Amino acid sequence: MLDKMTNQIGFQGTALVLRAERQRMLASNIANADTPGYVGRDMHFSQALREATGAAPQALAPSGGTLQAAQARHFALSTQLPSSSQNSKAGYTVQTQPSLDRNTVDMDRERANFMDNAVRYEATLRFFNGQAKTMLSAIQGQ
Amino acid sequence: MSMFSIFNVSGSAVSAQSQRLNAVASNLANVDAVAGPDGKAYKARQVVFQAQPMGPDQAAGVRVSAIKESETPGRRVFDPSHPAADQEGYVTHSNVNAVEEMVNMISASRSYQNNIEVMNTAKSLLLKTLQIGQ
Repeated sequence: MLDKMTNQIGFQGTALVLRAERQRMLASNIANADTPGYVGRDMHFSQALREATGAAPQALAPSGGTLQAAQARHFALSTQLPSSSQNSKAGYTVQTQPSLDRNTVDMDRERANFMDNAVRYEATLRFFNGQAKTMLSAIQGQ
Repeated sequence: MSMFSIFNVSGSAVSAQSQRLNAVASNLANVDAVAGPDGKAYKARQVVFQAQPMGPDQAAGVRVSAIKESETPGRRVFDPSHPAADQEGYVTHSNVNAVEEMVNMISASRSYQNNIEVMNTAKSLLLKTLQIGQ
């Protein structure tokens, strides 16, 4: 019975951890915007969340495949062979402008993604907080 | 927790960009320097960035791997009356290109600001996370 109460909170908790991980990836991209030869990393958030909560385990596309963008504004990511379990979720960002030093980071897009991810992180925090308070008030019988 | 490594990553970027700004400042200060009696003029310095892994989960910071001196020959100006002129009457100035240095400076300061903003955002998110349930 307890798992029914904590399922929703568990979902938001997983989402929060994944948002933090994506934040870290975007921060790495911004930090390496001037490094020659650096390739930007990003993650397909909805798919990672689906995999993490085990709702519908998606088979990773074979090497060389491209994840189709679910919405028009999502960027298509190419998957890579999961050499380690850590790398299985991270894809590479699509390069918008060629650069002499082979750097693929687009600073404007990374900043926009960072801001977007920060707002969604905060939204997840609020949902989490709201559900925790709901459960608390249910337990206290108010 | 992954958000804490953001401070390391952005901190390394801020430090690397400030070293780049240092190199730009040195170059701009020496833009009119002439070769001394040993014939060696000031050579423009450039920093070389390299990504460095930070922490166990693929976070990548940046560090300055080397400071290279540019090998383009310095500007030679014909001025026999200059005290530092060589036998043919040429004075060798430094090889600093002021316009390039200004572009470098703008790019470095913009990256610096971006990384400071990343750190501020991460800090405020983490502080809000600490207040869950209160």
